[in-house]
Amino acid sequence: MAASIMFLMSFGAGKRQENNSYPASVTVKNFELMIPENEQVVLHKKKVIGNRKIAPGVYYLSFEKTGAFKAGQTVAVGVVPGVEPRLYSIASGEQENEMSILYIVVPGGFLTPRLAELVEGDEIFASSAFGTFYGSEEPACWIASGTGIAPYYSMYLSGLARNKTLIHGGRTLDSFYFKDLFKPFFGDNYIRCCTREKGDGVYEGRLTHYLKAIESLPTEYKYYLCGSSEMVVEARDILINKGIAFDNIFAEIYF
Amino acid sequence: MEQTKEILVGKTLEELEEIVKERGWPKYTARQLAEWIYQKNVSAFDEMTNLPKKIREVLKSDFEAGLTGHLKVSISTDGTKKYLYPYGPLKLIETAYIPEETRNTLCVSSQIGCKMGCLFCMTGKQGFQGNLTAGQIVNQVLSLPERNHLTNIVYMGMGEPFDNLKEVMKSVEIFTSPWGLGMSPKRITVSTIGVVPAMKEFVEHSNAHLAISLHTPFEDERRKLMPIENVYSLQQLIDTLHEYDFGRQRRVSFEYIMFKGYNDQKRHVNQITKLLHGLRARINLIRFHPIPGTPLEGSDDHTIEWFRDELIKKGIKTTIRASRGQDIEAACGLLSTKEMVQSSDPDY
Repeated sequence: MAASIMFLMSFGAGKRQENNSYPASVTVKNFELMIPENEQVVLHKKKVIGNRKIAPGVYYLSFEKTGAFKAGQTVAVGVVPGVEPRLYSIASGEQENEMSILYIVVPGGFLTPRLAELVEGDEIFASSAFGTFYGSEEPACWIASGTGIAPYYSMYLSGLARNKTLIHGGRTLDSFYFKDLFKPFFGDNYIRCCTREKGDGVYEGRLTHYLKAIESLPTEYKYYLCGSSEMVVEARDILINKGIAFDNIFAEIYF
Repeated sequence: MEQTKEILVGKTLEELEEIVKERGWPKYTARQLAEWIYQKNVSAFDEMTNLPKKIREVLKSDFEAGLTGHLKVSISTDGTKKYLYPYGPLKLIETAYIPEETRNTLCVSSQIGCKMGCLFCMTGKQGFQGNLTAGQIVNQVLSLPERNHLTNIVYMGMGEPFDNLKEVMKSVEIFTSPWGLGMSPKRITVSTIGVVPAMKEFVEHSNAHLAISLHTPFEDERRKLMPIENVYSLQQLIDTLHEYDFGRQRRVSFEYIMFKGYNDQKRHVNQITKLLHGLRARINLIRFHPIPGTPLEGSDDHTIEWFRDELIKKGIKTTIRASRGQDIEAACGLLSTKEMVQSSDPDY
């Protein structure tokens, strides 16, 4: 998932959430807030490989890899050094020669409208991968809302999707990104929950309602949650209420 | 339609000087304004008698002080008070005032709700409804009926302060500047779950104390309690703290909620000792205040005292924080306005 980083420039944003109200940099008490010099936020100049619109307002941006990564990890991305980097879950496979992210354009935001204008050969700034929301070979249920699907797409591309159930919640039918790949692979273990539109084979309602309606859940599974904090907190409570041990639940939040 | 007036509470001296400059007023007017608002607690421009009448008229026309009184107060049997402040339609926050023998502390909020999703916290269960402005943070102090008795401020209310760093930094500046409330930074503690880059910025540009939500010294265990661990690891957090000098002019402390059978064993004592080696820090042990649906239980008093004693034997200054305001849900981890705020249209 994307978390917006808190490098001092992007106060308060988290993966994917973009705060429109802040200027690109902010002066407080006579100092200019700068990106701290630490390994996670050192940004490397990289070339854009592709920037594909996959749904209204949603893009899949690929760029030269900044190094090896594990599926589920995070990368900081910016368009100008020192200004507005944000955290995004990596949405490409471990073996690919590129890194990709999934993002929604936030109208009036600083970063994402600029990202949407990028074309092949343009330059962006990206950090090395970091974070520990790793996938594994173990049986698991992957649960996502919106672009929270990104780390699972990376895990899928990295060969970690066997023995998995994927539950994805979205507002509209076009928010089920990568469904053309997921449907044939997961079959009945791919559940889409849509809150505003009806569709063939799509659960009508919130994914948390779907979870509540399930009679029993396998307690030996690991449960991964990725998306808005509201979804993560609500889904986690439901899982715990259904007898899932909290140490079998792994959460990644947008912040 | 009535035009919205610009709010002055929450402006730094530099920002007030900018306002004054734009209007061609003498530069010292900015300091006078700051003194009226922050030091004399005067919000009516007509009462700012050292300002020329012409300036007061413009101020009345274009600005408002922006102080907001509390909507409700709950009073605990132990004297703790919980204030509810309204910041816009259906955006409410809570602030806890904790009187003690030797000091009186205000626990301020920095956000409406919280994004961090910690397993043990009630605020996280309401999701996130917005960041507070510096003015809304400062207002919690300025509008406090007990303001004149206040000795300490802790940013341990609703929200993650370092997820709203710019406004938190501005508010700390207002609390500690001579033109503001003039408080010693040693009377202010900002608490974080470990948003490392923002924490680093805070440490470099503020002298206030820092508190870290630790809750277990093992990353695998912490990940299950606090999703932030998946982004910024405990080791990275500790490594960052080692870059700075704590223990003399400023303090770093670790908050540690005691969970029965989860983080209250000998191996935790040993690992804490190892983790904090070389760092001048103290640990505050906190009783867990259960929230609805939680799978966690609090450690009993005997275990908490044993844990404290073991840490002290290892040379780590350790205290047990008294639970305050539990009967009015003002105690640590219980602040929430979930029932009163409007949820946004969910994307799931």
